[in-house]
Amino acid sequence: MDIYFYLIIIWWLLLGVLLMGLGAMVGTDMGVGTILRYVGRTDAERRVAINIVGPHWDGNQVWFILGGGAIFAAWPLVYATAFSGFYIVMLVLLWSMIVRPLGFEYRSQIKSDAWRNVWDWSLFVSGFIPMLVFGAAVGNVLIGVPFHFDDRMVSYYTGSFIGLFNPYAILCGVVSVSLATHMGACMVLIGSGEQQISQRAKKVAVFSGILALVLLTIGGIWSANLHGFNLVESPAPGVPQTPLHQTVTVEAGGLLKNYRQYPVLWVLPALAYVSLIAGILAIRAERAVFAWWSGVITWIAVIGMVGAAMFPFVMPSISNPSHSLTVWNSGASTLTMSWMLGFTALFMPIIVSYTSWAFYIMRGKVNTQTVESEESY
Amino acid sequence: MVSETVVDLSRWQFAATALYHFLFVPLTLGLSVLLAVMETVYVVTGREIYKRITKFWLRLFMINFALGVATGITMELQFGMNWSYYSSFVGDTFGTLLAVEGLMAFFMESTFVGLMVFGWDRLSKGKHLVITYLVALGSNLSALWILVANSFMQHPLGAEFNPVTMRMELSSFHALFFNPDAQAKFVHTVLAGYVTAAIFVCGISAFYLLRRRHEDVAQRSFRIAALFGVLGTAGVITLGDALGFIGGHAQPSKLAAMEALWEPEKAPMAFNVVALPSQEEERNLFEVQLPGFLSILVTHSLDGTVPSISEIQEEAKMRIRNGIPAVQAMERLGKDPTDQEALDTFEAHKADVGYGFLVQRYAPGGDLTQITETDIELAAKDSIPEVWIIFWTFRIMVALGLLMLGYFVVAIVLTLSNKLKQSRRFLRFSVWMIPVPFIACEMGWIVAEMGRQPWTVYEILPTWLSVSTHSVTYMVVSLTGFVLLYTTFAIVEMYLMIRSIKKGPEEPDEIELKQRGQLPQTQPATA
Repeated sequence: MDIYFYLIIIWWLLLGVLLMGLGAMVGTDMGVGTILRYVGRTDAERRVAINIVGPHWDGNQVWFILGGGAIFAAWPLVYATAFSGFYIVMLVLLWSMIVRPLGFEYRSQIKSDAWRNVWDWSLFVSGFIPMLVFGAAVGNVLIGVPFHFDDRMVSYYTGSFIGLFNPYAILCGVVSVSLATHMGACMVLIGSGEQQISQRAKKVAVFSGILALVLLTIGGIWSANLHGFNLVESPAPGVPQTPLHQTVTVEAGGLLKNYRQYPVLWVLPALAYVSLIAGILAIRAERAVFAWWSGVITWIAVIGMVGAAMFPFVMPSISNPSHSLTVWNSGASTLTMSWMLGFTALFMPIIVSYTSWAFYIMRGKVNTQTVESEESY
Repeated sequence: MVSETVVDLSRWQFAATALYHFLFVPLTLGLSVLLAVMETVYVVTGREIYKRITKFWLRLFMINFALGVATGITMELQFGMNWSYYSSFVGDTFGTLLAVEGLMAFFMESTFVGLMVFGWDRLSKGKHLVITYLVALGSNLSALWILVANSFMQHPLGAEFNPVTMRMELSSFHALFFNPDAQAKFVHTVLAGYVTAAIFVCGISAFYLLRRRHEDVAQRSFRIAALFGVLGTAGVITLGDALGFIGGHAQPSKLAAMEALWEPEKAPMAFNVVALPSQEEERNLFEVQLPGFLSILVTHSLDGTVPSISEIQEEAKMRIRNGIPAVQAMERLGKDPTDQEALDTFEAHKADVGYGFLVQRYAPGGDLTQITETDIELAAKDSIPEVWIIFWTFRIMVALGLLMLGYFVVAIVLTLSNKLKQSRRFLRFSVWMIPVPFIACEMGWIVAEMGRQPWTVYEILPTWLSVSTHSVTYMVVSLTGFVLLYTTFAIVEMYLMIRSIKKGPEEPDEIELKQRGQLPQTQPATA
């Protein structure tokens, strides 16, 4: 039991790491897609913005794929319940995401304004929508999702898909979009060798940074008044179990009860504020690299805030709270978690090294001349 | 109970999106390796023309790669979206393989593909070549993990059912990874990708030779691809035979369907070359046989036999009867995990729990106490896949495989004796060969996946039980969306591909102009 208990905690933290990786790496590229039509007014300018992330978007996108795979492996019940429950939203996410590789690869194949315009819009949609859905999904998980299981663990989602677009979820979605555009704008600032593009990117970075600050504040106040879930009775943590044998209650105004119990957790929202403000100031001081890294810290803080509020819940059920998914009842087996941990420990450092090396090789500014080479997007 | 329509629509969606995905995968697998070969020739000989060759095929590779990546995202999410029960039931093993694929292979492939395209002027020749090899290695490793995952569905090894968590759990990673089915399947599938790329390159090169354009690039590309292809095809056929041998023993129902073998036969068994199988009458309405050949092909001996469909159905009935108590015990355990009597019953019958699920489809309200003999008969019939489809897709695949082998033998002879340019009829034929490997690959997957029916995990989890509990409307919406989106993608991709092919590789003078006029900071490449 002991080993399983710790494995669960480690995999819960690693789930957070994956979501942060997704937010920071995929979010940056999607942010660039979202602001593409604003920062680049001419075709050449847009190509500059696209080529800043051009060599890296594909590798970064694997954070998303790996996120899916790792949830499937380490949290199979979460993967099965969430992906089928959020069906139409997942479809929208998927359809917008699969347009993205084509936007990057096909846009510059033909020299035609109409053609390139279509792909500019597709890059906008495939940047904006997935980040909105990503945040909205987190919002829905925070307030609970209407689902239950039968005796054989078949899951049933009983809500409507419109219900997934509730105001709180949309607020969370816009927070995620604003963080993405903030970091996307930082990345454009880092890589742009064109004055005008940089000036527009600077405006976006400051604006979306401030927007994120405001929305996080509203979200925080809102969250303080939202219901939370209490695990009243269940098999012991670290013992293999299903969600069929526990009692969970809903407590009005209880979403932040972990914060009230452990005030040290307030360090997370504080970190989010500090890093965002530092990022905005850094942008004004022309320190884009610093600002981008501040954005990474913001993602860590924001994902951490959500995790801290929910623990031990991963995906609570609002329609049948006792069937809620917790870290104790939705994880993979001891053996699977151990193997996965071994693979992650082995490959994560390798991935981080070659990703850094790829950024190092492709360092330097992109301008309207360099994008004329045949390899460019 | 899940509606039959939802099951059918989920299957159509999976089949359509997976087959579509696999239009792009073989070319990625094969062309990535061919690119590495071409670039090696460039680095070793230092001749500029091989750089042009590599860059030209790289451009086509990227057009194809984009759609391979895009449609792959669908596959990663679809299990959870449409096959929710499958995902929670076997995620502990199956999901692990997909995750490791991401960690070990897909990350590497995707990160280095960016450097492969953008890094020509920033990396030394040697470093760039290493990057190209890493992309090829990444895509092939990716195939390895995906095919190990598929082999788990075909022949579930390394997992045990845990009645406490009500799912299959990993019992041995070693057994899961070293599944004999996976090894044969990996080599067979990857080599099929190499053959696909070889025919693609040969066909397009032949197009240029017919038009007398870019002849230097075309002739060299053709020769490299033809050598690559003849080895690949020989390997595909050998490993296909091995896969049939291994898979045939692991999955008798698939093998019996592939051969339309309805009734028991004595050794040496005859091989049906062509037949008109009828599922209702459980016999072939028409057949042409080669005596003794089936024993040789599937058992590699003259005195071996394999079970016929009627024998398999008889065994299925027995296993269904044995499986019913296991499912009932499992349902009691769901209510009370400490029920010792249920646990004992489950342990005694667990080998056939899948067959209990299979018949549950006919139980009113899922209540297995109401199962009749007729229901058991029906479920036993279900245990056999659709024979005519498996029989014919298998034969088309094999016939196309032999056609490709013959093609490459002729291609090698012509290119090595320098008679290729004059053999215009063969060149025209080469262009027409381009779709052949793609069709063969798709046929192969139909045999593999439809041949596994009625199971998603062979003899453990039936397909009808694996789906998500969606409404028909949801499934219609998603399928319609995919059809519209994927059709548009296909048109755009074909258009760009044909456009790039027509434009052809850049000629040396074009490259020089570009470097002087527009890229003043770039070092002129050393010839």
